Amino acid sequence: MTEVAGAKEGERGAAHAHAQRTAEGSFRRFADANRAPLGTLAVFVVMMAVFLAANPRVFSEWNIYRSVLTTLPVALFLVVPLVFVVTAGEIDLSFPSMMGFSAWMFALVVQAGFSPYLGVLAGVATGLVLGLMVGSIVVYFSLSSLVATLGMNFMLRGVIQIVTEGKSIALTPLAHSSAKMIFSSDVLGVPTQIGWGVAFVVFSGFLYNSHRFGAQVKIVGDNPDSARQMGIDVNLVRVKTFAFVGFGAALAGVFSTMINFTWWPTAGDGYLLPALASVFVGGTPTWGGVGTVVGGAIGAFIVSFIQTGVVGAGLSGFYVQFFNGLIIILSLIGHRWNQARYR
Amino acid sequence: MSERLIELRNITKSFGRVYALGGVHLSIDKGEVVGLIGDNGAGKSTLIKILAGVVKPTSGEILVRGKPVSGWNAARSREAGIETVFQDRALAVQQSIVRNIFMGRELAGRFGWLKLAREVREAERLMREIGFTSRVFTPRSIVGQLSGGERQGVAIARAIYNEADLIILDEPTTALSLTETAKVFHFVRQVRGSGRSILFIGHNIHHVYDIADRFVVLDRGQVVLETSRAEVRSADALIAFMQEVAHPERPRASPAAPMRAAG
Repeated sequence: MTEVAGAKEGERGAAHAHAQRTAEGSFRRFADANRAPLGTLAVFVVMMAVFLAANPRVFSEWNIYRSVLTTLPVALFLVVPLVFVVTAGEIDLSFPSMMGFSAWMFALVVQAGFSPYLGVLAGVATGLVLGLMVGSIVVYFSLSSLVATLGMNFMLRGVIQIVTEGKSIALTPLAHSSAKMIFSSDVLGVPTQIGWGVAFVVFSGFLYNSHRFGAQVKIVGDNPDSARQMGIDVNLVRVKTFAFVGFGAALAGVFSTMINFTWWPTAGDGYLLPALASVFVGGTPTWGGVGTVVGGAIGAFIVSFIQTGVVGAGLSGFYVQFFNGLIIILSLIGHRWNQARYR
Repeated sequence: MSERLIELRNITKSFGRVYALGGVHLSIDKGEVVGLIGDNGAGKSTLIKILAGVVKPTSGEILVRGKPVSGWNAARSREAGIETVFQDRALAVQQSIVRNIFMGRELAGRFGWLKLAREVREAERLMREIGFTSRVFTPRSIVGQLSGGERQGVAIARAIYNEADLIILDEPTTALSLTETAKVFHFVRQVRGSGRSILFIGHNIHHVYDIADRFVVLDRGQVVLETSRAEVRSADALIAFMQEVAHPERPRASPAAPMRAAG
């Protein structure tokens, strides 16, 4: 009697241990496959905890989050495509001008009295064309993307300056348009643009992990010789990643213009370094072949919150740059330790 | 007699006035492992590149399954079912085994979304076929975590997925330890067992001796020996012959077995 009961007990114990082991196993697999974004998430959580501890009153109010969530989507549209470019082993520094240029086309269409939706289409088309152009110049002339895209950034901004003579465009009719309602308003205290930003991140995440394009971007960044041998059009894949940056920059430009009802000739300039920092803080390494879209998005959260957080925590604005740098360096060290590099 | 897969007839290749290959005959049958041996500069690489279609021969004829093929190039080589696994540079080591096997030929739906579950199942089948299985790794494991011999397994599995009838292995065991070499040999035997052919290139004669059914020795652009395994008693006999070819002035180390020198 007791023996049988004991055996049953043992069986149950074994089954339980087995269930626990497989659960642990799948958790381990998940953690292994997502080391970089999980590391970035940890940085974000720790940072927010520090801010909350420093000033519980400010950081338990919704307002501070709403202000960040209003402008953050603009950064998401820039950061996520940059993850693709960096994974492919390239870099794009022309996105600020592409953002300004696409938003300019959007503003011109709206200013001329056309529907804002047509303006969005014009802006996105402009971004795609500019991205294709920048990518083709880099790839088919075999230029260093670092230097060539820097040049394109100056050139495109120069064209804007020459034509507009530095004048901004006010878009007051936008304020009462349905486009503004859909793309940039407030639902129950949550800015609608964050919904679009998150949707963009989710779609891009699937594109990166579960689509042929993402798979080939990683292979091209990992081993272009091998990719070529296996029949992948390496140059075309590279150009597509630049076009994707143009697309994201256009969305960023359109959204930032809708938030402000105004297009400035400098639109996009301020995003150059924060957007790049977000990519690397997010856990995408500089050497190509691997990266993380979700990590990049969390990186954008981190970078966006630093300024608000430092000031909110009661420090003067002079501390912002220092903490920006500190968090970038600490994240890089963390990722270095967290990720193996295979050769 | 078994079916002839590919035959090179009187292939020459000159770079300017230098002859890399001077009239090479080489044939490979179905389900056969041919060992191509030769020193550095013997013309092995040139011969492989001609088979792969990336280098055009200066003269000569290439027959696939008995039929001459004109305008031989990389695409024709592919059509003929020839896949080359180059020494290194073949794999994207930061990617998973699945991504490497399906590199450039991803299984995807109409809009390009990957059929990952099907890819994993197919990869498992291919890996089983060549005896490339382990409790430690799965098709989703990163190639960079694998040993040198296992990486060759990934490359061979990919070649088989690409419907190769002839897999050219360029020095697959050169940088490998004994146990790793044994793994590669295991894959090669499995591939032969499935009726495919392998051209195994190496300069370690012991390695090639252990795995090949037939040996072709290349020296200064000429085939100096072509013999089957049955005709060579030991690896040492092969080595003795090669030494004689390389240094004919030395006292004769008499070949241990009857050989037909083809030079």
